Amino acid sequence: MSREGWINIALILSLLAVPLWAQVADEPFLITLSTRVAIFALAGVGLNLALGLGGLVSLGHAAFFGIGGYAMGILASHAQSYAPILEVPLLIEGTKSMPVIWLTALLVSGLVALAIGALSLRTTGVYFIMITLAFGQMLYYFSISWPAYGGEDGLPIYTRNNFPGLNTLDPIQFFLISYVILCIALVFISLLTKSSFGLALNAARQSVRRVETVGISTYRVRLTAFVLSGMMTGLSGALFADLNRFVSPSMFSWQTSGEIMIFVILGGTARLFGPVAGAALFIVLEHLLGGISDYWLIFLGLLLLAVVLFARGGLIGLLAGSPSRSG
Amino acid sequence: MRAAALLVYSPEVRQEVADSILATEGVCKRFGALLASDNVTLDLHEGEIHALIGPNGAGKSTLIEQIAGAIKPDKGKIYFRGHNVTKLNTAERARLGLARTFQISALALEDSVLQNVILGGLGAQGRPYRFFKPVLASSALRETAEAALERVGLAQLARTRAGELSHGQKRQLEVAVALTLKPKAFLMDEPMAGLGSSGSARLTTFLSELRHEAPILLIEHDMDAVFALADRISVLVYGKVIATGSVDEVRILPEVRRAYLGDDAWDC
Repeated sequence: MSREGWINIALILSLLAVPLWAQVADEPFLITLSTRVAIFALAGVGLNLALGLGGLVSLGHAAFFGIGGYAMGILASHAQSYAPILEVPLLIEGTKSMPVIWLTALLVSGLVALAIGALSLRTTGVYFIMITLAFGQMLYYFSISWPAYGGEDGLPIYTRNNFPGLNTLDPIQFFLISYVILCIALVFISLLTKSSFGLALNAARQSVRRVETVGISTYRVRLTAFVLSGMMTGLSGALFADLNRFVSPSMFSWQTSGEIMIFVILGGTARLFGPVAGAALFIVLEHLLGGISDYWLIFLGLLLLAVVLFARGGLIGLLAGSPSRSG
Repeated sequence: MRAAALLVYSPEVRQEVADSILATEGVCKRFGALLASDNVTLDLHEGEIHALIGPNGAGKSTLIEQIAGAIKPDKGKIYFRGHNVTKLNTAERARLGLARTFQISALALEDSVLQNVILGGLGAQGRPYRFFKPVLASSALRETAEAALERVGLAQLARTRAGELSHGQKRQLEVAVALTLKPKAFLMDEPMAGLGSSGSARLTTFLSELRHEAPILLIEHDMDAVFALADRISVLVYGKVIATGSVDEVRILPEVRRAYLGDDAWDC
């Protein structure tokens, strides 16, 4: 196995080992931190598909993160108030069932990604960044001004949603749910990277003309990647809302988009485990530096600068060297 | 041969448009004050190499771009295999079997040579939307790709990163990718450029055989290669086809002869 492979295994095992140890040592806060890492990593894995593999610099992934969050918030709030979401033409009731909420989050964020992608992928470069940012901000202001689900104050959910057979209020069990979903996403991306689709998407990033000349529409390939990417980030939003039992417009804010991008860049763009390494580093720094100074983001900024200037491969690149090629 | 046999735009050409595999009819393209294509009508028959020559800035590449679908003509029509493809984009024309190689190589430079060629096979299959199966495990794609690399003489370099290839090898790779598309016609924009004399001679032999698989519309500055290969030559000047004919017919034209007397407007 390559060096990167070993580092990946070490990473994913430590992400499991820390909360398990915390469970034994009775440190529930550490479990929550690990859960945050897993959920943020999932958001980053989603963005990395568009950004790393597809070269699509989306500054609007908070849109999908927020939609996942609100999918959970809306379904769960109706379930806790026993008021149906819709009565005519058909009855739709709220739910506290995680699998149903996840499917809804995946579906809705996928549809929104299809709409946003269909329009913004007609542009490239700076325009693409700006259009995705604009869509994200549109949803942000919409969520602020929509009073039915808390508006600016956000929407609290009193108990965590249910997963059959598990006690989701137990931190370690909820961590395991998030962890397994992250692992599934990582397996999916690792297969996708080596698949026909991965080859086409990767080639489209390098040379649009090459891909068009062999008869493949780069627009469709990128749109597909953008939708899959949005769906994964949407699912992470639903989990994040469930972790906090709270949904707020800040999930839609452009700072959230920026943070997701920071996970990817810190960890290593286009590296399978980049978002995992990046999210872990981010949470650790937030925890350590945030305890020292309220201005910890300055240090994060310096670190980000160092990564962009001196270590393009991020943390994974620093540890594992240049990416290995297959083929 | 009689100079009168030259086919300049005429009613007979219109008739031929219908019979040929690839044809342009009255294609016009203007960039501001520059008329890059001025009522261009030409065609490509089965089994031939049709060379397009002319001075720099005559509009050869613009014409190729329009035929390939990267630029839309202002006026005129483009036919391929009996279809009017004027409104189709590059990918759609490629799926009909129009293969193109570029003047400046367009390759996925971070990918291996093999991956670049497999991408061609993937395009030919038409469905790159498989997310789980490793593409390199597909024996059909791999065999097509390896056969194409074998034909252009790059089989030894299959695992090399495309960006590490020499200029000439990149050209060969472009041709290999085009081969995997099982094309019905080739558009080749200066495939000889940057090749050494031995590479150039080898490619000449290769293209000479290739025309029986699919006809080639060739832009080339290497006049030795053009005269050795072409069944017909069209001369483009200021966006206009001033003559179309056999090598012997075109050779004696004053515009072409001037080229060999050192007129700077021509480079060959």
